[in-house]
Amino acid sequence: MIADLVIALVFIGYAISVLMGFGTILTWVERKQAAVMSDRIGANRAYIRIPGTKVKLVWWGLFHGMADGLKMLLKEDFKPRTYDWYAYAVAPWVVFTPVLLVFAVIPFGGALTPAKLWAPLAGFFGEKSWPMQIATLDAGILIVFAFSGLTIIGAMLAGWSSSNKFSLLGALRAGSQMISYELVLALTVLGLILIFGTVNLDTIVRMQSGTVLGFLPAWGIVYQPFAAILFLTAAIAENKRIPFDLPEAESELIAGYFTEYSAMKMGLFMFAEFIEIAIVGALFTTLFLGGYNLPFMTDAGFAFPGGGTVAMPHGAVVVTQLAVFLLKVFIVCSFQILIRWTLPRFRYDQVLMFAWKFMFPLALANLCVTALAVWALRA
Amino acid sequence: MSRKPHVRKQYWNEAEMGLWERSYLPEILRGLFITGGVFMRNMAKWMTGRKGALTTYYPEETRWDYAAANRGKHVLTRRPDGSPQCIACNMCATVCPAKVIEIEAGFDPADTAHPKFPVRFEIDYSRCVFCGLCVEACPEDAIRMAKEVPDLPSADRRTMWLAKEELLQWQPQGDVAKPYPPAPPGAGKADRS
Repeated sequence: MIADLVIALVFIGYAISVLMGFGTILTWVERKQAAVMSDRIGANRAYIRIPGTKVKLVWWGLFHGMADGLKMLLKEDFKPRTYDWYAYAVAPWVVFTPVLLVFAVIPFGGALTPAKLWAPLAGFFGEKSWPMQIATLDAGILIVFAFSGLTIIGAMLAGWSSSNKFSLLGALRAGSQMISYELVLALTVLGLILIFGTVNLDTIVRMQSGTVLGFLPAWGIVYQPFAAILFLTAAIAENKRIPFDLPEAESELIAGYFTEYSAMKMGLFMFAEFIEIAIVGALFTTLFLGGYNLPFMTDAGFAFPGGGTVAMPHGAVVVTQLAVFLLKVFIVCSFQILIRWTLPRFRYDQVLMFAWKFMFPLALANLCVTALAVWALRA
Repeated sequence: MSRKPHVRKQYWNEAEMGLWERSYLPEILRGLFITGGVFMRNMAKWMTGRKGALTTYYPEETRWDYAAANRGKHVLTRRPDGSPQCIACNMCATVCPAKVIEIEAGFDPADTAHPKFPVRFEIDYSRCVFCGLCVEACPEDAIRMAKEVPDLPSADRRTMWLAKEELLQWQPQGDVAKPYPPAPPGAGKADRS
């Protein structure tokens, strides 16, 4: 019992530090990648001077995130005289908290057996093995959708409570857009659920560890390449980023539903958006890119299709799985940033048209074809 | 009154999209490949220690390709004996549209040809517009503009002044338009550098 608690606390600490780390790093990655993509240098002015010397540590502008955080903490927290200050104050947290909670059901590694890591740990943990996931829930994907649906409420609250027409317009846009794309998001995942026969994310990842046709890794993107594209598109729209950033379109709505927010409250909205990039990356990795699995890798080591095997100690396997998961998430995040700095923005009616008249039928068609295929293969 | 239905104007160079462009995804992929390619190319340059951008890190680096006629910073020319050629006539300060030149004149009775000389000659670069009118107004060719820019970026505008000492640091002393006649022997000279 105590051992379970310790393991859960360790996992929670790991998950929160990973998310916060991604949120901080991604602000830098976004700036730097955008700069390199457009032949610029990017943020490189913030520095830390070693006290007493003239040595300035610039580190490719990594300290800009710290400078931004400090700025947001220290600047004036302007509050509008609004008719609902409670909703105004609580809205950033309603946006921010569900984003963190989604990560609870995402498996970020295989099984962890502390006794195999280091023998003396067996006295406390026994021979028990824990899946590296905060909450091993059977309802995995459903929890993800339930929590990510909560952020709509936060955006709507922020817009409604700040007594500002720009905020209100942004909130309305955010609400209709997120509800539309949530549908597409769920429909694209439904095909995968049909194939794997479960909504438990840990089981889904385990079922992706094998191979198809002897050499292809059995990842979701191999079974459902079309759904993968639709999922990523809908997820970017759900995250309200360019090309779907209509709720916060600067040229039309100043900052959309968080126009009236300043200082760290606005920082929470921004931070939630960046963490959500990481969450989308983690979800895409879990569902379509085989989670923490490397091709041909099992919990015991590598087993190549030619017949060769490489045995690995448990510690190495755990570290590899953690690192592979982070790397895949980072690559997906980087791809999202690439999209964000490449595509122009939709017009607002086009966004909804795109969801209902283009992606929704495609997702439905994908689901039908998958259902037929699964039925034919089972029969 | 019935409203006329809106008819969209047709332009002579209207973009025509075939089925390939209209299907959206291939064109998006093409765009992603272009930006991704630029990213990869620049990233490869950064990784191998070259610069992946044309930008100059301004205060640390200065451009080498300033034009010879670039109006960068002011220099005060000198006579062969090293004294400033300026006669403190205040014409540059008068013509200056930004009013950044401040001159305090001094009087040297021993120098009969040019008894007036600048005690202080200061330029406020935080306001200077680098128009070069001072150079054109100067009757003595005492002020010119060199192509190098003043190295003054700072967080405090009060540190952006250049005084006579710095302005006189221009090296080619032989290149002055009006060589000063040699001083008559025995004439005492006031210290005025």
